[in-house]
Amino acid sequence: MNFVFSNKAKVLSYVLIAIGVITIIAGYFLESHETHHTRWWTNLMINGFYFLAISLGALFFYALHFATETAWAVMLRRVIEAVYSFIPIASVVLVIVFIGATMHWNHIYHWMDNTILHEFVVESTMDSDHPVYFDSVEDAEAAGQAVMANPDYDHIIANKTAYLNVPFFWIRTLIYLGAFIWFARWFRKRSLREDEEGGTALHFKGYKRAAVYLVIFAVFSSTLSWDWIMSIDTHWFSTLFGWYVFSGMWVSAMNIITILTLYLISKGYLKDINSSHLHDMGKWVFALSFLWSYLWFSQFLLIWYSDIPEEVTYFITRIEHYKVPFFGMFIINFAIPMVMFMSRDAKRNPGFLIAIGTIIFIGHFIDTYMLITPGTMFEHWHFGWMEIGFFVGFTGLFINRVLTALTKAPLQPQKSPYLDESLHHSI
Amino acid sequence: MHKEAAIREPLILGDKSYHDITVDVVGPIENKAPKAWYLLITISSIIAVWGLGCVVYLISTGIGTWGLNKTVGWAWDITNFVWWVGIGHAGTLISAVLLLFRQKWRMAINRSAEAMTIFAVMMAALFPGIHMGRIWLAYWVLPLPNQFGSLWVNFNSPLLWDVFAISTYFSVSLVFWYIGLIPDFATIRDRMTNPTAKKIYGILSFGWSGKAKNWTRFEEVSLVLAGLATPLVFSVHSIVSMDFATSVIPGWHTTIFPPYFVSGAVFSGFAMVLTLLLIMRKVMKLENYITIKHVEYMNIVIIVTGSIVGVAYLTELFISWYSGVEYESYAFINRFSGPYAWSYWCMMTCNVISPQLFWFKKIRTNLTATFILSIVVNIGMWFERFVIIVTSLHRDYVPSSWSMFYPTWVDIGVFVGTIGIFFTLFLLFARFFPVLALNELKTILKSSGEKYKNEDH
Repeated sequence: MNFVFSNKAKVLSYVLIAIGVITIIAGYFLESHETHHTRWWTNLMINGFYFLAISLGALFFYALHFATETAWAVMLRRVIEAVYSFIPIASVVLVIVFIGATMHWNHIYHWMDNTILHEFVVESTMDSDHPVYFDSVEDAEAAGQAVMANPDYDHIIANKTAYLNVPFFWIRTLIYLGAFIWFARWFRKRSLREDEEGGTALHFKGYKRAAVYLVIFAVFSSTLSWDWIMSIDTHWFSTLFGWYVFSGMWVSAMNIITILTLYLISKGYLKDINSSHLHDMGKWVFALSFLWSYLWFSQFLLIWYSDIPEEVTYFITRIEHYKVPFFGMFIINFAIPMVMFMSRDAKRNPGFLIAIGTIIFIGHFIDTYMLITPGTMFEHWHFGWMEIGFFVGFTGLFINRVLTALTKAPLQPQKSPYLDESLHHSI
Repeated sequence: MHKEAAIREPLILGDKSYHDITVDVVGPIENKAPKAWYLLITISSIIAVWGLGCVVYLISTGIGTWGLNKTVGWAWDITNFVWWVGIGHAGTLISAVLLLFRQKWRMAINRSAEAMTIFAVMMAALFPGIHMGRIWLAYWVLPLPNQFGSLWVNFNSPLLWDVFAISTYFSVSLVFWYIGLIPDFATIRDRMTNPTAKKIYGILSFGWSGKAKNWTRFEEVSLVLAGLATPLVFSVHSIVSMDFATSVIPGWHTTIFPPYFVSGAVFSGFAMVLTLLLIMRKVMKLENYITIKHVEYMNIVIIVTGSIVGVAYLTELFISWYSGVEYESYAFINRFSGPYAWSYWCMMTCNVISPQLFWFKKIRTNLTATFILSIVVNIGMWFERFVIIVTSLHRDYVPSSWSMFYPTWVDIGVFVGTIGIFFTLFLLFARFFPVLALNELKTILKSSGEKYKNEDH
């Protein structure tokens, strides 16, 4: 049976998108020029990254269920495919943010600012729009210029330029996004072909490709977190950061997959999904919330305990200026799933899964907000109509695209060697 | 009703009945031990006695008999401690995490892995114990009231967290292992003809009668314990890693340590399980239960955890440069190019490169290759801890404090001795305990046994 995107749901998604579009336009013009539209760009970045994270988490779980020969999740394949169909759109949003950063329309990435990377500056050009910089006195003398020490020079960031430079950043970004989009399309095509052909050959092809994707994602999930997020707080570094961001992607994805599945069931689709499937989905959200909390806490505890100035500054900013969202989102993302999903019955209760799932969805949005905003807005943060409007708009776009993707293929995979086991899932 | 996909490979080979499983598992306990067992236990207990002798010498003479010096204040002692704790991770991971993931293949390996865990944790606990110097005051690590004349423990110290983490882990692992043994002890009791042995196994089995009620409670308690033990799998090695990571020593203080230590622990634990089981399946003729597929699954766990460890090594290396902190950078430059570079490259080869061989199906289903690689991994994981501990310490901030660490015969003796004790205990376990969870195995015979699988019933 194919899913039909009802008019009611369509209208709702358009309303949400309209709210988003209005906010995006109004936000751009209402924000004063002096701030370089930082708040606007930050919001674009937060939403682009958050929804990309959800889709990437879905693609990761898709590959994982293949590589681990997980039978019960076979019933969810079309739902997961729909969630990761959002990867290209979220990628475009991020690319826009990065173009903005490269063109200096925004200052999300401090290290893209040429003024801090060079040790010397030609004195006479200092106050002009295009100061002339030199990396050494010898170079300047060779060019016949009199230079002075660049007062804005930041030697820590300058030392990172071998990695943090615009061309290399773009190469990496395009490789990541290209790989994600290519694998996502391949898995989707394989899945649709399997519906027609059946057999095991195609299944084993998926199994092998999934293992390859897991290896690639193991590396890219860390490096993309450094490139896109950690480099916003350019001085700061943490080896755990990549895994922390990855765990957030994974839990957010499982949460959305669960909510979407429950929506479809409530509309009379996916009748073969039973309470055991729900229980397993609930367990994933529960367990991954712990994983995320564990990594959050490991990073926080070690940095707080050691209290080394170059590291601890990251948390000092967050605790001094962002106390409520910083600790609030930890409580939402840790304590609520822990307490609420502890019991077996809660994990089998659709209403409960949706209600708590919605809270977690917002909780991880605030986590993404906390990853990005303190590095771009510093203590001048807001959480108001613009943040909410952007988030609502992107949620609408996400709903619209994912539900449209769902209409394009039968909601239940027709042939998979594990389909029968998945249909008989009982725990 | 449960239906297992035809595509899944059988987990019990051959034409086995319920009775055959009992005979195959309990047989070795009832019959006389083979000569090889006597030979092995003689060798390992001689090594064990030598090790205990070294411990006695150490305690009666003092820690000065180790090769430690003013700069390298921790070396083999803590390396061995972390190595053993790491090995002790596989058991609970297999019994708890794989239970939650409903991995049926765990049933052939969980019993011996849990036994191994318990023995490994005991070996680990020995090292901080003997390092205290005055081992008779070991109870001072507990927060005892001041009437005992002790000082109140320092709750800010990760070393104290270790005491709690490891003792909790040990108790839960022991209970988990024992609960699983109860129905199997009952099976042995029912078969024993010797009245003394029957009595002993009767006491050990807590009067298990095999009623449906017993089984319901058994399954419930297994799930509860699995739920409790899973966080412990993470917490123990996370806290062990914090012994280093809460410090401000370059090379020790890094946030990735907790999850990366956990992954490394599972990695080394599975390697040790493989080393032991590959011998055991041969000697005790358990090839139909611990099949090539089981070995392959374990090898896949080794690839995954080994690669996670590899990613962590490279992350640390990259961030040490990226941080721009000169001490941090130097700690890593010194690791891969300093006087201990040989140990760094040994670690890299054994832990990161060699497990990648398991990507080839031919290698991961080859028993000899697996056996060799499992030992390679264990050597690599020992070096990992040695590299972290000694290379980060030996070149202190002030070059006048730079020094090297050389182990003495006591260092080596105690370490080798723990291997002897470990194997002695494991051999005793293999002789007197059911080495497979035979009653649990029976539950999957009809769905995953080669003869029954895919039959219409």
